[in-house]
Amino acid sequence: MAHAHKLEIFRGLLKFKSNTQKIWGVLIFLSVITAVEVVLGIAKPRALTHSHFVGMKLINWVFIILTLVKAYYIAWDFMHLRDEKSSLRRAIVWTPIFLVAYLLFILLFEADYIYNVYKDGFIQWNF
Amino acid sequence: MDSTVTTGTAEENVWGGGNSPLGASYGKMMMWFFIVSDALTFSGFLAAYGFSRFKFIEIWPIADEVFTHVPFFHGNYPMIYVAFMTFILIMSSVTMVLAVDAGHKMKKNSVIWYMFFTIIGGAIFVGSQAWEWGTFIKGDYGAVETKGGRILQFVNAETGERAAIRDFAKTIPGDRVAHENSKGVWFYDEAYLPTYSFNEVVEGFKANPSILIRTEQIVQEGEKEGEKTLLNREESLKKIKDGRLVVEGANLIRNEYGSRLFADFFFFITGFHGFHVFSGVVINVIIFFNVILGTYEKRGHYEMVEKVGLYWHFVDLVWVFVFTFFYLV
Repeated sequence: MAHAHKLEIFRGLLKFKSNTQKIWGVLIFLSVITAVEVVLGIAKPRALTHSHFVGMKLINWVFIILTLVKAYYIAWDFMHLRDEKSSLRRAIVWTPIFLVAYLLFILLFEADYIYNVYKDGFIQWNF
Repeated sequence: MDSTVTTGTAEENVWGGGNSPLGASYGKMMMWFFIVSDALTFSGFLAAYGFSRFKFIEIWPIADEVFTHVPFFHGNYPMIYVAFMTFILIMSSVTMVLAVDAGHKMKKNSVIWYMFFTIIGGAIFVGSQAWEWGTFIKGDYGAVETKGGRILQFVNAETGERAAIRDFAKTIPGDRVAHENSKGVWFYDEAYLPTYSFNEVVEGFKANPSILIRTEQIVQEGEKEGEKTLLNREESLKKIKDGRLVVEGANLIRNEYGSRLFADFFFFITGFHGFHVFSGVVINVIIFFNVILGTYEKRGHYEMVEKVGLYWHFVDLVWVFVFTFFYLV
């Protein structure tokens, strides 16, 4: 093999012996995260559903962060971005992150404004 | 990657072509750029979903109450089946990476087997999605739509469970004559005909004192925060007067779960994702046969398996986000 795989995940905390082992390791990690998400989604602990952070329920923040963690490991290990040159990786990763963050910022603020117009304005829609 | 085809001599001729500064072949890079643009498309859809949801944040349907079915089992199992689908897709992603890995080692038979399992996983996923759509379209309890286009659902006060309209609607004998071409100046399609007429539901509702109405409004504060508003009997009797027609299941115009946009986005986004999974399975099958025929063995590298793998993982990646924003959040 001309090019070696990088076999460490969690910033070197966990090092696998072979690429195949790393794949199974990442699968276990992703499954655990999915299981945590599903359990939280069914149980809906009050501590998380009744407290808010920046206008969103804490449980939703947990879900979104876990999703981004999953996305990171899918892209880095399954799509082997970890083994690509950093220039290619940056071109692929930062372009959508920038554009999506921008789009979300604009759309969600606009939607919140419309929500307030519906709520406080003289429009009857919920009848 | 050792499978990358590098042409030309890189040390000389900086501007003469033949360099690959990103260390990826043309095909692989184009696959990546396609994935980036496709990711932006999906992000646009999900952002639009977020837009509509934030706009109607107080009345949006609660996913746990919509997707509660598991095939071959009766009862209320929110999220279990979607979790299973997610697991299937992640699993088929794993067999795909294993196929790529075996390709690097030029193990033809392993590649064949792993590709085969990947295709099976994809097929199970697409089938599950079709079932999910079917259940969603068929609906469960039925509801009443008001003049303002909002949905009223019914709850049994004794059990606290949702009440299906078929359980309390009265049967009022009557004939309904189908409108035909010969009787009209112009032929219009027959309007959608629910199992029970609006009148039958209203009469049944009035006759059953234990049936209450649940509105779309989500309680914003207090003990019941995050749950739909449950009216008491008097309020319910008043509210039913706003009703106009019976809604069963879901289509692009109205659905019994709540906001109309919810079903529209569900069909559009999971449909677009399902289409990606389907085309991914088709491409996987093509590559699978190429591997069997020994095309890549002759070519000396399995880069095609790697490229189709990238696409397959991307489909998995998108599902991770769809799962979060449709079923969890």
